[in-house]
Formats: sequence, C-alpha cells, structure tokens
Amino acid sequence: MDRIAGQKSGLTWAVHISVVALVALWLFPTVGLFVSSFRTADQISSSGWWGALFASEQNEVYRALDPDDHRVADGDMYVVKGNIFDGTPRAIRAWGVSSRDISAFQPGDTAEMKGGETLTLEADGSYVWRGNDKQISGRGQRIFVTSEVPPDFTLSNYETILFSGSGQDNMARAFFNTLTVTIPATIIPIVIAAFAAYALAWMEFPGRALLIAFVVALLVVPLQLALIPLLRLHLGIGIGKGYLGVWLAHTAFGMPLAVYLLRNYMVGLPRDIIENAKVDGATDFQIFTKIILPLSFPALASFAIFQFLWTWNDLLVAKVFLIDATGSTTVMTNQIVELLGTRGGNWEILATAAFVSIALPLVVFFTLQRYLVRGLLAGSVK
Amino acid sequence: MLADNPALMGLLTIVIGVGACLGYFYFSNVILDTFIFPAKGKNAGKNINRANMVRPWLFLFPALFGLTLYLVYPVFETLRLSLTDRSQDGAFVGLANYSQMMSEAKFWEAVRNNLLWLIVVPAASTAFGLLVAQLTDRIKWGNIAKSLIFMPMAISFVGASVIFKLIYDTRPVDQAQIGVLNAVWLQFDGGGGSFIFLKLLPTVLLLAFMAAVAYVIWSSIQAVTSSRADRSFWTLFLRLVVVIGGLWLLWVSVGGLTGIWGVELPYGKPQTWLTLTGWNNFFLMVVLIWIQTGFAMVILSAALRGIPEETVEAAIIDGANPFQVFFKIKVPQIMGTIVVVWTTITLTVLKVFDIVFAMTNGQWETQVLANYMYDKLFRANDWGVGSASAIIIMLMVTPILVWNVYNARKEMR
Repeated sequence: MDRIAGQKSGLTWAVHISVVALVALWLFPTVGLFVSSFRTADQISSSGWWGALFASEQNEVYRALDPDDHRVADGDMYVVKGNIFDGTPRAIRAWGVSSRDISAFQPGDTAEMKGGETLTLEADGSYVWRGNDKQISGRGQRIFVTSEVPPDFTLSNYETILFSGSGQDNMARAFFNTLTVTIPATIIPIVIAAFAAYALAWMEFPGRALLIAFVVALLVVPLQLALIPLLRLHLGIGIGKGYLGVWLAHTAFGMPLAVYLLRNYMVGLPRDIIENAKVDGATDFQIFTKIILPLSFPALASFAIFQFLWTWNDLLVAKVFLIDATGSTTVMTNQIVELLGTRGGNWEILATAAFVSIALPLVVFFTLQRYLVRGLLAGSVK
Repeated sequence: MLADNPALMGLLTIVIGVGACLGYFYFSNVILDTFIFPAKGKNAGKNINRANMVRPWLFLFPALFGLTLYLVYPVFETLRLSLTDRSQDGAFVGLANYSQMMSEAKFWEAVRNNLLWLIVVPAASTAFGLLVAQLTDRIKWGNIAKSLIFMPMAISFVGASVIFKLIYDTRPVDQAQIGVLNAVWLQFDGGGGSFIFLKLLPTVLLLAFMAAVAYVIWSSIQAVTSSRADRSFWTLFLRLVVVIGGLWLLWVSVGGLTGIWGVELPYGKPQTWLTLTGWNNFFLMVVLIWIQTGFAMVILSAALRGIPEETVEAAIIDGANPFQVFFKIKVPQIMGTIVVVWTTITLTVLKVFDIVFAMTNGQWETQVLANYMYDKLFRANDWGVGSASAIIIMLMVTPILVWNVYNARKEMR
C-alpha cells in the first residue's frame, strides 16, 4: 500500500492547487466588475482593473515656478524654490530634467545642467533650481517625475447610479420596481403550491399519480410558449401590461417547481404525526396549517429562494408582461440591457448598475445557501 | 394614487393575495363541511366520505387552475397560432408559417447554434461540475471553494453578460486593453509560448477529448455485441444515437485539429471577440457554463458523498489508482445523477435568451432559437412564425419531458 500512501501527498498538493486555480478562475470575472464599479471613467479606460489593486507607476511632467516672478537673488546666482505637488504628495521613484532621460535621478539628487545650472528635487516634491541670470529666466524648468500612485477608489459611481444620476443612469426606480415585482411573486405561489402539494402528498384520491406526472411534465415546458397567448389573454381581459400581469405570470410559472419541490418534501414527513392528528379529530385544514406548514419550513425556504432569484433576475417575463411603452415600470435587468445599448463604453456606469442589481441576490445567496442547496437536491427530477 | 406607489401596491398585493388564498382554503373547507355535506343527521357517515372525496380538489384547485391557464392552454394556443396568419386576421394557413421559417437562413443559423449550445454547455458544465465536486470532496476548505464556484448561480444572465462583456472588451491597438481576454491575447507574439499555449495545448486537449469520445463509442458497440447484452429496442436505439453522435463529434474534432494547425493567428492585434464569427458562439457559451457549473457541482457533490465507502475501499485494496477509482468506481455509480444534471442544464440551454439578447442580440451569426422567437414576436410582430419557432423549442424539449415523466412514475411505484 505504500504506493498509494506515497501518491497521496503529491496528489493532495495537486488537488489544492487546482482547486485554488478553479476558484480564482470562477471569481475573476465578478471581481473585475466589482473593482471596476469603484473606479472613475478615466481610470477604467486608462488601465485594466487588475492593475487597480496595486500601486501603479505614472509619468508626469511638471514645471518649476515662473522665474520672472519667483526668482530670488542669492549672491550672483538666482534661485527658485517651490514644490511640484500642490498638496497631494506622491512617492517619487525617479526623475529627470530631459525628455530623453526622464528617470535619470533619484529623489535628493542634484541634476547638473549646462553652464552650472542645477536642480535638486527632494522626495517630498520640493525643489531648488539654481543658476545665473540668463538661465533662471523665461519659462520654468521642466521636471519629469516617475511616481507611484496608490490604488485609488471612489464611491461616486454608486452615488450617480443610486441617487444623483438622471434618466437612464439612475437605477433607484428600477430597483424598487424589481422589488415590487419580486416580493409578491415569491410569496403568493408558496401559499397556493403548499396546499396543492399537501393534497398530492397526503390525501388519497383517484388520479393523484396522474396529476403528479402532469406537474413533472409542466416543469419542463418552456415559458416561451406562454408569451403570446397569455399576453393576448391579459390584454383581452383588461389586465394589460403591468404589475398584476407580471405577478400572475410569475406565480404560475413558478408553480410546477413549487408543487413538485414541496410535495417531495412533504411526502417524507413522518406518517405517524399526521395519522395521530387525524385520530384526534383534526381536520385536513388544521393538519396542514398546524403541522405540515411548520415542518415544511426548509422546503418553503428553498423554494422561496429559488423563486426570489428567478423573479429578480428575470428579463423575459418582465419585458413581455410588465414594461409598457412609457417605461416607468422598468426593472433593473431591462435597464441594464438598455444601458448596454446606449452607454456601451461607459464601464463605470455599466459595472455599477450591474453590481447594484446583483448585490441583493448575492447577499441572499450567501446567507441562505444551505436552503438553496437542499432545494436543488430535492428539485432536480431523479 | 395606488399606481403611483408601486411599493405600497406590492405590499397590498401580498396582503390581499395571501389573505385571499388562505380565506379561500379556509372557507371552502368550512362550506364543504357545514353546508354541502354536513357531518350530522342521518347521512353523516356518507357525507364525511363525500366531503373527503371533494376536499383534495379544493386544495388543488387554485394551483391546477393556474397551471392549466398559464402553461397548458398556451401550449395549444401557440400551436394554433403557429397555423394562422395574423395579418390575414387570424386565418388558418396550414404549415405556411413553418415553411416560411424553414426558408429563412437566420432560422437555420439559430438551429445550428442551438445544437452547438446543446452539446457544449451541458457537457462542459457537467464536466467542470464533476471535476470540482471530486476535487473538493476531501479537502478542508472544500465547502468555501464550492460556495464560491456556486456563486454565479445567484447572478442574473444580464448581470453575467455585463461581467463578460467587460472581459471581452476591445480597445484600439495603441491604447491599454481593459478587457482581460485582449490583455492576455496581446501577450502572445507567435513565439515559443504562443506555440505551446495556442497550438500544442489545444491539440493535446482535443486529442484527449477524441480519445474519450472514441472510448464511449467503443464501449457502446461492445455493449451491443457482447453476449449478455440487453437487446431491447430502446437501449439499442439509445446506443445507436450515442454512436452516431460520437462519430459526428469525432468528425468535428478532426476539423478543429486541422483548424488549429492551418490557421494564421493575428498576433499583436486586439480582437473584437464577439464579432469573430464561429468563435463568438463559444464566448457566449462560456457565460452559461460559468453559471451552470455551480449547479452541476452541487448535485454531483451530493451524489459523490452518497457513494458507499466500501466500494471505494475495496477498489483501493485491489490496487486501483485514484483515476481508476474515480472513473471505474465512482462515475458509474453516479451515472443516474449525471444524466439528471445533463438534462436539467439542457433545458436551461434551450430557453437561453437573456445572454444572447444582451450580448450580441443574435448578430454576427450568434442567433439562437429563443432569441429568434423573441425577434419574430416582438420586433417583426409576426406571431405566426414566432409561434412556429416556439413550437420547435417545445419539440426539442419533449424527449426530456417524456423521460422525466417516465422516471417520476417509475420512482413513485
């Protein structure tokens, strides 16, 4: 067995490294969006977001103060003193006085130019420029500085998207619209489906097996088929395009999964409890509300998370049943698609808008993950 | 006033909706028990039985009504619409919509792309999911790793499209690239590194893929010809489909190999990835693979945990190496789950709309059926052809529907 034992340590390392690599690969896209949402438009277009996490090198040109105004006589020489940074000091890596060699000197060095003209630049940006009357005249000496810029992030994009932006750039309205669509569309199907699931799980009646098969079949039906007939129906009976229509649509489209998931869970509840309650004279309605519902909480939570994620992230149903010509009921996914069209290059707006729309699902995901996993395991047709 | 305040309206809807549902269930039961079939008088016993016959339908009614009206009726209505013409006032036109659709190049492009999606996305997601599930099975921080890879499940297709558009972003050659893919691409200069990563590595991967496909073909042929084979019609049919599909995949792979060695790569030029015909489909698929891998991983990981420990131990004692344990002991035992994952992802792929809609909108030969349908329905306002293409999607889903119902019924017995 030493062969296996020997292989194991080597393999364990390989496993750890490959998992790290895979996780990094999977996180990388989202992190890119997240980082970009904290950068200004200039920063985003001047460098890749992966560079934003580290200090970057930047080359800049400064000019010493105008000699005619600022020079001070020092014996037979003249001196100009000042600081190239106005209040925002940077870490100077190297500097130079000629465009041909912009990093010839270190901070603290003295550059000697023709005819005894000198310039000394300190690390804090203060300089002393010394020379004779002719040299210290005209325009200020150019100073090329290679400095290190620390990572710089801003919240201004979020300010724009959530509060101050105008028109399409403001997501606040779409955010509340999405919330308005999502919450009733999550809660109402649960109530309806729970009763149906109870009947399918614990009541005896002819045709039960057939109905379960019917629900399983409907799990698969693409909702694309429902678009036109239902839109016609909604327009025909006067619901039109609006919240009511989208709530009804989401409720019905979530129903097969809800019934299937809840029934699978309820069937697994202990038979004794239910039969004891029946013997004690409880009605089906009482059994359902007092026993089944509390015990089914995990399944209810899983479905609620599913339905929440699905309605929050939905684009198609909202486009067809909710958003009318005025666009006042737009949801976030739709607004982002519109932004992709009109502001395709403005990554600071796009990234922030996208992140605003995925933030809440991510929070729900990470806090309630265990219910989601449980629901997935119960919900895939075995 | 109410319509001006959607939040209030939503809150009110919850109260009314939930209240109405609960009220319906409660009062319908009360009415049934006290008025229609009261459990007293001379018919008490009979009435209780009758009430219990009706009660399930009271519980089921709202759900069944919703399902019928919103899912069953539309299937037939769509079928009907696909046989009529809206511009002729809904006159019956037979299969004219279908034949019009079949004559459109864009439709065939959508079908072709959909088939490509159907092969690549479920295969890649399941494979990655299985890989991650197996790798994280025994390591301490496996759960953290899994939850991070699972995370894209929470992100909308539209959000994911924005994320990946940033990755595929292109800037002119003299500017800094802000899309990762172009930044990486510009590192390749046609030297040794490029040779290894862009020619040798894909070749090795493709050859490995071809070997795997050949192995599957060989084993299904062997299964048919062996003396103890199950020769029922359906298994034979299934194996035939596997063999034909496998041979097609081999053919495509050979094409890919010649492509890898024959093509002149434009080194040093930033590419606009989403307009690269042929490749752009794969760039769109990556988005869905990124999302679906987490789903596959979660389910397969649970299945791997469910494998009896003894089978693995026995194999190790018999001298199996880790790869043999994985491929010969574990994978066969979770084959059922792999099929489930595969079909579930297949369903998602058939309905994929948002990604294509948000990233390319079907331009540059990336059309898929769901987006083609949307185009027809809401841009061209051609309900006939739109419904016809929806029916095509339904037809593609039907085998899975039958299979799922068959399995569910088998399980219930």
